[in-house]
Amino acid sequence: MEQVLKTHKVTKYFYEPEKFQVLKEIDLSVNRGEFLSLVGKSGCGKSTLMYVLSTMDTDYEGELEIAGERLTDRDQNQLAAFRNQHIGFVFQFHYLLPEFTVLQNVMIPALKLAKYSKREIEDRAYEKLKMLGIQEQALKQSSKLSGGQQQRVAIARALINDPDIIMGDEPTGNLDTYNTHLVFEIFQELTHKYHQTIIAVTHDDEFAKKSDRIVEMSDGRIVKH
Amino acid sequence: MKLVAEIAKTHLLSKPKQTIVAMMGVTFGIGMFIAMVSLMTGLNNFTEELTMTSSPDIHIYNDVTEGRPSIIEQVNTNGINVIHHQKPKNETSKVRNALQIAELIRKDPRVKGVAPSISSQVFYNYGPVQLSGNILGVDILEEDKLFGLRAKMKAGRIEDLKANHDGLIMGKGLARKLNINVGDRVVMTTPQGYTMTLKVVGIFQMGIGTVDNVRSYANISTVQTILQQDHFYITDINIKLHDINLAKGFAPLLSDMYGYKSEDWETANATFLTGSIIRNILTYSVSITLLIVAGFGIYNILNMTIYNKMKDIAILKAMGFAGKDVKLIFMIQSLVIGFIGSVLGLMIGFGLSSLIAQAPFDGGDFISIDRLPVNFDPKYYIIGIVFGVLTTAFAGYMPSRKASKIDPIEILRGQ
Repeated sequence: MEQVLKTHKVTKYFYEPEKFQVLKEIDLSVNRGEFLSLVGKSGCGKSTLMYVLSTMDTDYEGELEIAGERLTDRDQNQLAAFRNQHIGFVFQFHYLLPEFTVLQNVMIPALKLAKYSKREIEDRAYEKLKMLGIQEQALKQSSKLSGGQQQRVAIARALINDPDIIMGDEPTGNLDTYNTHLVFEIFQELTHKYHQTIIAVTHDDEFAKKSDRIVEMSDGRIVKH
Repeated sequence: MKLVAEIAKTHLLSKPKQTIVAMMGVTFGIGMFIAMVSLMTGLNNFTEELTMTSSPDIHIYNDVTEGRPSIIEQVNTNGINVIHHQKPKNETSKVRNALQIAELIRKDPRVKGVAPSISSQVFYNYGPVQLSGNILGVDILEEDKLFGLRAKMKAGRIEDLKANHDGLIMGKGLARKLNINVGDRVVMTTPQGYTMTLKVVGIFQMGIGTVDNVRSYANISTVQTILQQDHFYITDINIKLHDINLAKGFAPLLSDMYGYKSEDWETANATFLTGSIIRNILTYSVSITLLIVAGFGIYNILNMTIYNKMKDIAILKAMGFAGKDVKLIFMIQSLVIGFIGSVLGLMIGFGLSSLIAQAPFDGGDFISIDRLPVNFDPKYYIIGIVFGVLTTAFAGYMPSRKASKIDPIEILRGQ
């Protein structure tokens, strides 16, 4: 199996209010097409680990490699460009840009990447929205949608550049049971049908249980995987 | 780049009220700047032009009040001499060899024209009342070449003075005070006590009270007669140059060469020029203040916007926008506000200036104008827009930089 993400002895400290080791020599590798849940008690470091993996947090020791590229010690601008192409994000809140339409929100990361023409990007955005069953909402203002719909738009946005990994920080944390179920099904379909790699931080055991692989953390260490 | 501009545009359009308020700050500042600068420079140019046309570039005369070395200093050169309250010698203000000097100066290629003349204090008698003023003995055609007198005549012609040996061309203000029209006779007395009657053949108006209310022109020979002097008596030589800016350097040379006081126009009109400088300082300081206030407005609004858009900025950064992209989004916003605000300001400034230019204004005896002079020099419009855009760029830079430094993790963790 192809490894899409690999860490070697990732260690991180918090300095406020006092020095505290949150991540202790984490070695983790994720295969392409894997649906991985990162679980653990509050404060165990799972979110912190995910932000290190997301490349947004660069203040760590050890090595991080995604899609065969070593990302440790790269500067912020390079990492931003890397994220744009290789990583999609789904957060607890949708974080859609309220002034833009649904379609525009989905298109923005692709326009930033500028790999395709605007016309093609629009077609691709429609395709993703259709896949998530919300193409009718495409031209609505993103703030006019329901919570579940907004989260699906956020997933479409995460998918638009065909990223190597989708990272989710409590992607269902703010949704009701129905929508949680829906998002989960989408994730499952993405991994099984499209071989999309997903890493999701969650404290929802039910959600985690249904994923392909559960990585449990405790006190900054991976205790079970 | 195009995407960044698109996002900036959407931000501006989604909060139109806020955008308009920010723009109005700039518009008001630039508009007032244009209106003020147009009026002030208009006034400055107008008065400068008036003084320029009514005063010579260089004026050579015999300054009898100027300090002179005392006799004891000439005799006892190495001793310690104490002289207290030395008075001027009793001498006439005659410039010796004036006509020859004038002829020599005329040969200089820098010189446009030279007019020798005689000036004297006189009293104009109006019944029992005596008004003090002065009389200038001139070759009126030569004087016209230098000061364009012909265009300033309100009644009569300058040739009438040539034809009338006892003719007089009088300033408009003075004529009004004396209740005189063309053809009337006026009696004048010199400080030496000589009285003479002259006939007014023309009335002129320079536009400056200090000239129009006191001056009369007569023929050189007439004034020589009034002053009981010979035919070589000349007290002043007036010079106009091709380039007025050479006057300051040229005047001392003439002074050294001929031994008489030689004064350039800048020195002679120092009060006028000081006035212009003070008006300019006022204009610019008020305008800069207005623009700084507008700048603070933009700073505030952008700061608020960025505070409200923390989440948007965080997600943009997560999705792959670099710090400089985020900075650009907000810089574009402030520059657009600045540019559109400035252009509107220029239009409002132009409108205000046009209104001011139409407003009737009575300059009184001091300056003869019926409307305020307004300057429409495009230079100030360019200064205005550059100024406006620079201020907003500066005001927008700090909040934009702050936005580019936002750490997305802090916001996205949502805990």
